[in-house]
Amino acid sequence: MSSHLARRRSAAWARLLGALLAAVVILFPLYWMVVVAFSTRSSLSGGGLRLWPEQATLDNFRRVFEAFPVLTWFGNSLAIALVTSVIIVLVNLLAGYAFAHLRFPGSGALLLVALSTLMLPVQVIMVGLFRLVTELGLYGSYWAVILPTAASAFGVFLARQFILTIPRELMEAARIDGATHLQIFLRIVLPLSRPLIAVLFFMSMLQTWNDFAWPLIALRDNALYTLPVGLLFLQGQFGPDYGATMAFALITVAPMVLVFLLAQRWFVQGFSRSGLR
Amino acid sequence: MTARAREAWAGYAFAAPTLVLLGVFVLLPLGGAAVISLQETNGFGAGTFVGLDNYRQLVQDPVFWRASLNTALYTVLVTPAAMAIGLGLALLLDSALPARGVLRSVLILPMAISGVATALMGVLIFDENSGFLAQVSLAMGLPQVDWQTHGPAAFASVVIMTLWWRVGFNMLIYLAGLQGVAPELYEAARLDGANAWQRLRHVTVPQLSPQSFFLVILNIIYSFQVFDIVFVMTGGGPERATTVLVTYAYDTGFVTRDQGYAAAIGVVLLAVTLVVTGLRWRAERRREESE
Repeated sequence: MSSHLARRRSAAWARLLGALLAAVVILFPLYWMVVVAFSTRSSLSGGGLRLWPEQATLDNFRRVFEAFPVLTWFGNSLAIALVTSVIIVLVNLLAGYAFAHLRFPGSGALLLVALSTLMLPVQVIMVGLFRLVTELGLYGSYWAVILPTAASAFGVFLARQFILTIPRELMEAARIDGATHLQIFLRIVLPLSRPLIAVLFFMSMLQTWNDFAWPLIALRDNALYTLPVGLLFLQGQFGPDYGATMAFALITVAPMVLVFLLAQRWFVQGFSRSGLR
Repeated sequence: MTARAREAWAGYAFAAPTLVLLGVFVLLPLGGAAVISLQETNGFGAGTFVGLDNYRQLVQDPVFWRASLNTALYTVLVTPAAMAIGLGLALLLDSALPARGVLRSVLILPMAISGVATALMGVLIFDENSGFLAQVSLAMGLPQVDWQTHGPAAFASVVIMTLWWRVGFNMLIYLAGLQGVAPELYEAARLDGANAWQRLRHVTVPQLSPQSFFLVILNIIYSFQVFDIVFVMTGGGPERATTVLVTYAYDTGFVTRDQGYAAAIGVVLLAVTLVVTGLRWRAERRREESE
């Protein structure tokens, strides 16, 4: 019996060791980014393996801020991500309510068409989209990034699944009292959808903030760049100056990592409540 | 107006903003891409129709075949590896473990990081001269690997960074799935004398098949679309060893500006995506029916 216990204990140790190893592998590149971002130029060019900066310096950050409009890029990223996410949450919630609780001819087919666009990556249509955006006179503007990114069916499914869990009786009762569909949406669905709104908004922010391929194509003016596009631009200019590149990468990554760590509990719950389990 | 008609109108009105956005910015450009793929054009002014010339050229284009092969290889390597590691980690984190919450947060953290930043971290690690791995092998007297100039090694480095980025998401989905497996099933299997491996094979894996199906489709679609990591980490090199369909389409469409040809590559990619997911879908349906 005691050998059984010992075996179980060593299995528990093995599991913990495995999990810790995985955590180290995941954290190491991020840690290394931080180390390089705070290292002096000379210590990076010199050979030899150091696992921490010998003398921490802000020099890399200073050089990046001097050479590039980092704050402007930051503001662009924030503005584009916020506007896009607000649009996504709003239109997807409306559509989610329609597909969850309103009966209209063709709703099943329309939902299917909307969801099937999920499989269609921007890369497949980038040439057609580029042409369209140019013809609409949007090329090179914020809207060239915002509108195509907001055209996302991703949240429709999530919203529909969530709103389906709101009891129908609530809405029936309101309707008998003479409420319009818009009133039902505003007074019943919206207040009850707060967790859904949080998850959807957060996931849209994350996706838009990190988006690269389409902003790279849709923006031409250095002053309108978002952070990921600026990051590539900067890497092209600074070449193998890893200190500067990593300082900027850290500025790009840090806000979303913070938000993610704060919000991930909701995030996981949002996933499970919308039937993805 | 009857209540029923009012409800129908409300339905269309509520669904309209999403549907209009999708129609204008997804379906319209898709149609546009199909038309452009029949043209020769640099993206400015009207193109000239050349019929199926672009597609004919694709068939004879060795770079296109190389990019297709690389995309397929990447998908075949990444999909099962991301799922297997994700499942392994989910099983680990589903068991009793100290600091389980913190570990879970750490493992899904890469989801918050952009592809560009991931790729730059990859460069930092795999750089042949000053990268972390080069320094480690130098310090330990190990042979150097030519991560950037040797094709297969460069390909491997792209795959490794992708796994770093994507494994957490796979784990998250499996972890949610594990919550739904009834403990009685394990108890019953244990009473039947099943060992840990048998319980995994005959209880856990079948119970997680909805999650697995979802992840297979998603991993395949993501792999077909790989762009950021390759574009930033290797630029498709060395000598096309890591060129995939999307980076090739980007190069043709927006660097050499042969947009008709780029659109044709996009159309082929879409067709392949539809065929592969369609086949997977049918296989899944058949499997469900036979159960």
